[in-house]
Amino acid sequence: MEKVAIIGVGQTRYERNNPCSHDEMAFEVTNKALEDAGLTIADIDNSVTCTNDFWDGRTISCMTITDATGSSRVPTTNVEGDGTYGVLMGMTRILSGLHDITLVVAQSKGSIGEPNLITNAIFDPVYDRILGLDAVNSAALQAKRYMTKYGITEGQCARVSVKNHKNAKKNPYAQLPLDITVEDVLSSRPLADPIKLLDASPVSDGACAVILARESDAKRICRKPVWIKGVGHCSDMYHLGDRDLSDVSVLQTAVKKAYDMAGIKDPKREIHVAEVYEAFSYMELMWMEGLGFCERGRAGKLMDSGFTQMEGPLPVNPSGGVLSAHPVLAAGLARIVEGVLQVRGEAEDRQVQGASVALAHGIEGACGQGHCVYVLER
Amino acid sequence: MGNRVSIVGVGQTHHRSKNTECNGQELIGIAVRRALESTGLTMNDIDAVVVGNMDHFESINYVDMWSVMGFGGYMKPVLKVTTGGTTGSAVGHAAFYHVASGLFDVVLAVGWEQNSESDTTAAIVTHCEPLIERDFYGGAIGGLAAQYSMYMDKYGATEEDAALVSVRDRCNAARYNPYAHLRKEITVEEVMNSAYISYPLRLLHMCPRSDGACAVIFARDDKAEAISGKPARVLGVGSSHRSTYLGDEVGLAGLHSLEIAAKEAYNMAGITDPYHQIDVAEMYLPAASAGVSWMEGMGFCDEGGGPEFIRSGVTNMDGELPINPSGGVISTNCIGATGLIRIGEGALQVMGKAEARQVPNVEIAAATGFGGCFWSDVMILGSSKYLD
Amino acid sequence: MTVELGNTGTRLHQSRIRLRYNWWVGKSMGRFYREIKEKRKIWGNKCPVCGLVYVPPKENCPRCFEEMNEFVELGDRGRLLTYTVVRYSVPLIQPQTPPYVMGIIKLDGADTGLTHLVGEADLEDIEVGMRLEAVFRENPQGNLLDIKYFKPI
Repeated sequence: MEKVAIIGVGQTRYERNNPCSHDEMAFEVTNKALEDAGLTIADIDNSVTCTNDFWDGRTISCMTITDATGSSRVPTTNVEGDGTYGVLMGMTRILSGLHDITLVVAQSKGSIGEPNLITNAIFDPVYDRILGLDAVNSAALQAKRYMTKYGITEGQCARVSVKNHKNAKKNPYAQLPLDITVEDVLSSRPLADPIKLLDASPVSDGACAVILARESDAKRICRKPVWIKGVGHCSDMYHLGDRDLSDVSVLQTAVKKAYDMAGIKDPKREIHVAEVYEAFSYMELMWMEGLGFCERGRAGKLMDSGFTQMEGPLPVNPSGGVLSAHPVLAAGLARIVEGVLQVRGEAEDRQVQGASVALAHGIEGACGQGHCVYVLER
Repeated sequence: MGNRVSIVGVGQTHHRSKNTECNGQELIGIAVRRALESTGLTMNDIDAVVVGNMDHFESINYVDMWSVMGFGGYMKPVLKVTTGGTTGSAVGHAAFYHVASGLFDVVLAVGWEQNSESDTTAAIVTHCEPLIERDFYGGAIGGLAAQYSMYMDKYGATEEDAALVSVRDRCNAARYNPYAHLRKEITVEEVMNSAYISYPLRLLHMCPRSDGACAVIFARDDKAEAISGKPARVLGVGSSHRSTYLGDEVGLAGLHSLEIAAKEAYNMAGITDPYHQIDVAEMYLPAASAGVSWMEGMGFCDEGGGPEFIRSGVTNMDGELPINPSGGVISTNCIGATGLIRIGEGALQVMGKAEARQVPNVEIAAATGFGGCFWSDVMILGSSKYLD
Repeated sequence: MTVELGNTGTRLHQSRIRLRYNWWVGKSMGRFYREIKEKRKIWGNKCPVCGLVYVPPKENCPRCFEEMNEFVELGDRGRLLTYTVVRYSVPLIQPQTPPYVMGIIKLDGADTGLTHLVGEADLEDIEVGMRLEAVFRENPQGNLLDIKYFKPI
């Protein structure tokens, strides 16, 4: 495969009730990414936007940010899914040979709508939507299933939250930098057992942008291109009851593609830093297993061992992760942005020393029905 | 450089105003099964899926995940594209890019819509910018009506010219296309007697809203030959999503984005004389008036030449450049599928599998997509003799 | 409606999208709901290739993509695979006032789980693996809540 690199990145500060409109956020990150790449909008050959009609309260929601991303000037398309899928789309356009420098922008403002209603709409209107299923209580069903099967404790999940909110203190973009303890998490307001407030990600507004280029352009333009060495995406069945919610085969399948492309045989040793999409604390544990950082059912022990702490051999979510900021659609792209910064050595106070191989991960749908994973390298 | 890509299979439902028997997933299943059957492939042979529809017509969030049921996408890479009216064509283009990239060899494109499940106009109006446009846009027809008004004023086109397009497309559907939604022949007189919806557009100038699904299978060229004896090669693609606000689209009379997208696609395909080189066109005309005012955008005639072009009859089934043998969008409009149906119909023409609606000796077909606000996609398909 | 937020200079526009929907239930779910409504029976269907029995029944097997035409009558008893106690309130979408229990139940004879509610149970007594039985609604309306909930047996 011809090489594709990420040559520019940009993100907004993540917060609730960002007073900027959608297009203002998109304009901000587009310009940040261009500045980071040392380019102007005239250098962008085509674009991929990631918007969602429900979250934006608008049909053809991509129109909201068409002008702000320069997309009315160039061929453009819109992926309705996490930003990690948008980057995949951008890659297909470059690798086709028909497009060159590609801008990918993802955004949403969770604070403008009613997230419970918006995520209730994920569920089948002729079947179980009527039960009031939404992102939180469906995740709780998965958490309970996973924890019961493998004996994972609420304390182990809480450790994820403690770690990530603490990591967020070093990330100027994060919404929720917090000094909390396991006790704080366990005694926080219960939402849907076993998920408590501090086990859950916040409602956020935010946008991210990345600029992709083929090898010849990247080498010409960019001092520190970050190569996409591997990518994979995969989807599980849809109905919660059809799935084994504790199973991570879908993530394993997606990441195997990425690892094979990148030549990674022993991820636990070869990946230096990982940014994963943990919308809830238990998810980080499940994704550790799916990514091959430990055996099935052993992520609780891995967490206890400190392996994924900032001082550990494989820091996970130095940025604070999705628990610290959850701008839907942008959150997966933010994982890629953070991975890029790490590999470039530009992650400032949250830098993992010597990191040259990063894993970035995004999810889609309820309980991580879909996964999209990247291996990024200097 | 990228791989060359062909279309090897097409499937679609029998479109209707209310598909009462099926839910959306079942509708998708029918189209996908038909596409697979036409090629002898199974889902095991599919490397990735691209799906599209417009969310607010069915109120299902994350349709990429929901529709996995409908097309057997368990353990498959799945991705959703949504760009409004162009969704179907954008899905087709995305599937093309998936294969052209070399990352996937055989990709299934699925477009679908069950418009009967909602109030289509109310849902469409939500595309308008909430602060400025939403209160008075009036649905999809507003912009199209305004556009044809300008064209009539500028070039002397008439409502009767648009009626000729209605008659052409609806009669094609009635006579030749068992999959079309509206299959009743009409006359110019009937069109002119139908009520105004939004001047100058009348009821019989307009597309219906339909329930339906379409599936198209794209494959790398060397695999395509083994799958289908006569695949339809993708020779060119072009896309332009220019304006967001109706008021920004100055010079409304034609369709500027179509002109840009067509030029891009023609360039890639090596088309220099579209009128003579293209054998059939499946065009996304949401209203019959577009069939008059958008001809020049495709380079089929000179600027302002739309009326004469249509009046000459060259776009009829027995003409030199048949347009919409399938009956087009004013016979069937399941929005998320519609743009993909144009691609599928174009491919069937090149593959020689268009049955009663087959135009003889098709070597090159054009398929266009359109969406609010004035966005255009173009794909050029050709037979094997165009592979260099 | 556009409002100014205090003296911030920030203006907020408020509105609501009101769209009505009527969804076609389809063949399989149609049969599922009819059997519950008219006969208080729960039906699934079976894949001819992998042999798994799905409830609710579906047009095709999600694993094999084969059409499933063999309908299977299931009992109304099963085992709780997982559950949660929902403690936050979203009246517009929730069928009961929190705290209420939602779970996935594996009915006897089925290979997949049915998402539903658990009722007539003390929260402290609910545990994964417990046996449950369907309780049907008095005036069925042709939707999932024609089963009121599942209760412990």
